[in-house]
Order: sequence, then structure tokens, then C-alpha cells
Amino acid sequence: MIRVQAEDFDLGAEMDALTGSRKDIGAVVNFIGKVRDLDDGALSAMTLEHYPGMTEKMLADIEAQANTRWELQETLIIHRYGRLEPGEQIVLVITASAHRQSAFEACAFLMDWLKTKAPFWKLEESDKGRSWVEAKQADNDAADRWQEPGS
Amino acid sequence: MNIHYFAWMREQIGKSVETETPPAHIDNIDDLLDWLADLSPAHAEALTDRTVIGVAVNKEFVEPGAKLETGDEIALFPPMTGG
Repeated sequence: MIRVQAEDFDLGAEMDALTGSRKDIGAVVNFIGKVRDLDDGALSAMTLEHYPGMTEKMLADIEAQANTRWELQETLIIHRYGRLEPGEQIVLVITASAHRQSAFEACAFLMDWLKTKAPFWKLEESDKGRSWVEAKQADNDAADRWQEPGS
Repeated sequence: MNIHYFAWMREQIGKSVETETPPAHIDNIDDLLDWLADLSPAHAEALTDRTVIGVAVNKEFVEPGAKLETGDEIALFPPMTGG
């Protein structure tokens, strides 16, 4: 399941809704990405812009890919957009499987993919002004490690 | 065709979407970007470094040489920074 929304999310409620009634799930991994201020109070906000329609399509595609590559019982991706302040949650990925390895790997795969290939752009406002966050080579490298041979 | 711009490309060009009718011989993304760059100094500025510009046609990523069809929805954007 994927959701692209302005509203915040609650990890406990999402976990319950996704896996609460299931008896066949042995492992649940979740990742939450948050707005961080590395410069002690300098960052006032981060605004996430996205491409409505394409974002949902791309997220659904990558979720389907994760389900093809790993044995997963449930997956959830929530990605927020709009103006967020330091400490606020941006993204949630939950993967649930019978065994932990698939859940760990699929969660990392989905996050590495979201960092580089989901149509979102981040604008930071700080005491130095406003600036668009630049893509990082380290994120590209992290995404590249999931390339399957021949792809 | 509708052309959508995102992030700093949107700010430089000054609009999030515009409707343009390129001449018939513009039939691929490369040629379209050249044609768009001639529309205004702001377009030229936003399209200066083609190596950083991502392109989607009808909400699917494409390579710069991809073919265009009448009525395609085009999107141009800098490298994505989600997550």
C-alpha cells in the first residue's frame, strides 16, 4: 500500500492496521525518515514538492518490484509533502515477512530507491536563506547496489 | 503539449506548467529542450546544464533521445531528493 499525503502519520497505528490481525508474519521492519537540523537551530523548515500522479505511480511500481524480489506479506510506504519543520516525520516504510532477512533487505531497498528515484524535491529554509537540496552521490551509490545483473 | 517544471527549474522559468505547440519537426526530447531554451532567457538559464535535467513523458522517466507524440505530458526537473 502506498500513500502520498501532507498529514503526519502514526507508526503504531500504521503497524497495527497493517499487521495487527495477521498470524503469519514473523518479522516487521520499519524505517522513519525525519527532517533534521544539523546546524543547531539554523534550519527553520523543509518544503517537499512532488509530481502528483507520477509520485503515486512510481511508488506503486517500486512497491511491486520489492514484492517480486522478496517474499513479503505486507508493505507500506507513506511519503509526506508540503512544509515540514525539524523533527517532523517525512517518510515511513514498513515491510513485513515470515523471516527477518526479507523484511530488512526490502526496507533498505525501498528507502534507497525513494532517495533517488521518487519525484520529490526538498527546499530548505535556514538562517542563510533558502536553497534546494542537491542530490548526493552517496545516495546514488546506495541505490545502485540493488541493480540486478543485466539491468 | 503541457510542460511541467519542478523545484528550481519551476522557479527560474516562473511557472509550474505551460502549454506550448512546438513545430512538427520537434519529435524528440533533445530537440524539444533546444526549442524550449530559445523561448526566453529564463528558459535558457534553466536548461543550461542538460546533464542534471530529468525528463518524464506521461509520468514515466525517459532518456533524452526519447520520441515525442502530440499531446504528450512532459515534465522537466532537477535530480530528485525524496526520502
